[in-house]
Amino acid sequence: MSPADATRQQSFFRSRLFTTDHRVIGVQYLVLALVAVAIGTVLSLLMRIHLVWPDWPLPLHGPILPEDYLALVTIHGTIMLFFVLTTAPQAGFGNLILPAQIGSRGMAFPFLNAASFWMTAVALLTLLSSTFVPGGAAISGWTAYPPLSAIASAGPGQAMGMDLWLASIALFAVASTASSINILTTIIRNRCHGMTWERLPLTVWGWFTAALLSVIAFSVLLAAILLLFCDRHAGTSFFLPTGDLVNGVLHRGGDGSPLLWLHLFWFFGHPEVYIAILPGMGLTSMVLANFSHRRVFAYRTMIATTLLIGFLGILLWGHHMFVAGLNPFASSAFSVSTMAIALPAAAKVLSWLATTWRSSPTYTTAMLFALGFVSLFITGGLTGPILAQPILDEYLHNTFFVVAHFHLIMAMAGIFGLYAATYYWFPLLTATRSHPGRLLSEPLGRWHFWLTLVGAYATFLPMHFTGLAGEPRHYAQLTGVPGAGGALSPAGALLSHTLPLNLHITYAAIFLACAQIVFLFNLIRSLRRGVVAPPNPWQATTLEWHPAFNPFLAATASHIQVIAVHRAPCHYQSSPSGETFLPQWEPDIVVQAALESAINPKPE
Amino acid sequence: MILTSTLPLVARLHVVAAFLGPWGLPPNASEHGLALDHHLLLNLWIALGLLVLIHVILGVGLLGGRRAEPADLWRVEYLPLAALAILFAFLTVKAERLWAAARYTGADPAALQVEVTGEQFAWYFRYPGPDATFGPTRAQLVAPGEGNPLGVDPADAHGADDEVTSELVLPAGREVDLRLKAQDVIHGFSVPAMRLKQNAVPGQTIHIHFTPTTPGTYAILCTQLCGLGHYRMNATLRVLPPDEFASWLASKRRAAP
Repeated sequence: MSPADATRQQSFFRSRLFTTDHRVIGVQYLVLALVAVAIGTVLSLLMRIHLVWPDWPLPLHGPILPEDYLALVTIHGTIMLFFVLTTAPQAGFGNLILPAQIGSRGMAFPFLNAASFWMTAVALLTLLSSTFVPGGAAISGWTAYPPLSAIASAGPGQAMGMDLWLASIALFAVASTASSINILTTIIRNRCHGMTWERLPLTVWGWFTAALLSVIAFSVLLAAILLLFCDRHAGTSFFLPTGDLVNGVLHRGGDGSPLLWLHLFWFFGHPEVYIAILPGMGLTSMVLANFSHRRVFAYRTMIATTLLIGFLGILLWGHHMFVAGLNPFASSAFSVSTMAIALPAAAKVLSWLATTWRSSPTYTTAMLFALGFVSLFITGGLTGPILAQPILDEYLHNTFFVVAHFHLIMAMAGIFGLYAATYYWFPLLTATRSHPGRLLSEPLGRWHFWLTLVGAYATFLPMHFTGLAGEPRHYAQLTGVPGAGGALSPAGALLSHTLPLNLHITYAAIFLACAQIVFLFNLIRSLRRGVVAPPNPWQATTLEWHPAFNPFLAATASHIQVIAVHRAPCHYQSSPSGETFLPQWEPDIVVQAALESAINPKPE
Repeated sequence: MILTSTLPLVARLHVVAAFLGPWGLPPNASEHGLALDHHLLLNLWIALGLLVLIHVILGVGLLGGRRAEPADLWRVEYLPLAALAILFAFLTVKAERLWAAARYTGADPAALQVEVTGEQFAWYFRYPGPDATFGPTRAQLVAPGEGNPLGVDPADAHGADDEVTSELVLPAGREVDLRLKAQDVIHGFSVPAMRLKQNAVPGQTIHIHFTPTTPGTYAILCTQLCGLGHYRMNATLRVLPPDEFASWLASKRRAAP
């Protein structure tokens, strides 16, 4: 290797791998999430296939055993929740876009930022490595309820596999907390001149609220994991009652309570789903307004509802525990707080409807995915108030009705938010000092959108019905144990009734996964051969499209511009010559100001 | 591929639908289940109605020509929100009343007492015997292979007449007070036909009460992930007319040593 090669290699490591450049870190997070979502999707397909064709042997593995199925459940849930839905919207697009949207040239703590990413990467490797240890990966689901998760003899995967799961999530919690402190500090300290709180784009409000929730929730999760680790290895009894007898192993220690874990876990777990969806809500609002060429309807109310959702989000963890052994009065209280959060969520939907109402918007792929987000958020959201009623949860808890609910509102809406972000910000994602950004192919994007929308509904709508018919979650087989004389037991009869619909769901899930190949093809093709994007391809008004934040334009600019903000985002106007827009960074012109006050006298 | 597989599927769905009630619910066989079903169906129809309504509004708004943006905060946001708040408050109050009736108070003192214990991966049911008192259990005595899966102390007078079964048998029309326990990990006791679900938690005894109304055999499932055999942790509930139940109980007692 020549010295020149060595220098180039060193600079590659500095600029691309161990960099503190927030844009590169953002891309690293997105690549990590893309790898994670591919793995998580394959795992979900294996589950779907096993449910309807239980005898199908997995190549290089053999038949899928019940413990294999539960390991699939656990790793699918953990990967998707943590390494996709938490990582991509918050840390991925947060790093890539957030500083520019507030007019900052960087994050507040660049080194901490890089450290957070590498901790997250190690956490993912730790989680995946648990598949290859004796006993395999953990089988207790992403919620890891003790004593199942506290005692190694409780099942295969609950020894080394569970330890690695705990280590992985502990690392992830530390990384997320650090990353969220970074985001909070950046938003509070690094806003440019003129960027008041009310002028912040709603995406920034989404990231801000999600980061606040992360700091509160992940610290509690980390504490809970440490306590569970002590129960496993240090002889404590936080979650283990005296006299607990698991697989021949008797617990003789102190008298703890498994319910304590449920409280600590769901105190984290419920805010976690808002961490996953709040950035998507913010982005959807901004994208709808952008392509409707309007302000977001009731902008201030949108800020308020974002904060209110965050606040209520930490007060309703008990709705996961209606039938867990809580005092029934507590269930009533948590039911009321859960019903209450439907109102700020409904306010958001009303605002989205009003923003797009009779706007004849431009249907770019990003806009389509934002509209898809709205549709899936409504469909998934409407079953929320049903599950929030304890008496109905007495029938629906842990059935596929719940699986349908959270996959539509969190997983599918979350993914649609991520796709909207990818199609919208692709030019900023691909721009380098030496090359302008590119656009993803719009025709392929439209195919991708419609196939994904149809696939998402075809997969998750029927799950409501298998759930109503009584199908529980986490069942490796649906035929139950045969009754006397080989006849179907009542449980077997109940479960096997759902098999025809489950077959349809499996086909639909395969279809949904295959539709994503269109996106991967578009991604790979557009990275190298995509249309070169103009500086502001969507007529956006927010600061990330300022030339100074585009590495290519900034590198070719003759002078360093001072960045300042002069107005709220989404300033669009109709004039006889067509639509005009005024980005946040354009200084006011006297004539313009006079015209504006004449045409648009009404306040927000 | 999707189409060809869907066609016979539709035909099979009709066969399945014949066994099930509205929205695919299995028929209810409990006293409190009637009101629960009624409330659940009300909720489902409201959700479906809102789903259609909002999508129609979204679609009409998108298809219509461009107009000035809506400005009336009251009409667009506050009034619909107020309507939704009233709707959700109504549903909450109705649900809370049903929940209170089912859970706020204990069972009638005359209710039949049965203890339910979940362990990996079976349900066991214990009847207190003629003395109407459950004997103490000890983890050290647990020996499923020797017919003592719960660790009942045979030396104890209260325990000696306890009946342990692997099938839950109940009389129709009489309230039953279940005390739920778990020996090892958390299990979920669920009887879909009785509209009943409650976790059994190690270290806790949790009471639930209900009245089965229709004789028949029903599925008992575990609905809380409890380990590799979770999917096969099923049992059967057999609801008998009162006189048949009495003779079943008597036969059990005769069979006991």
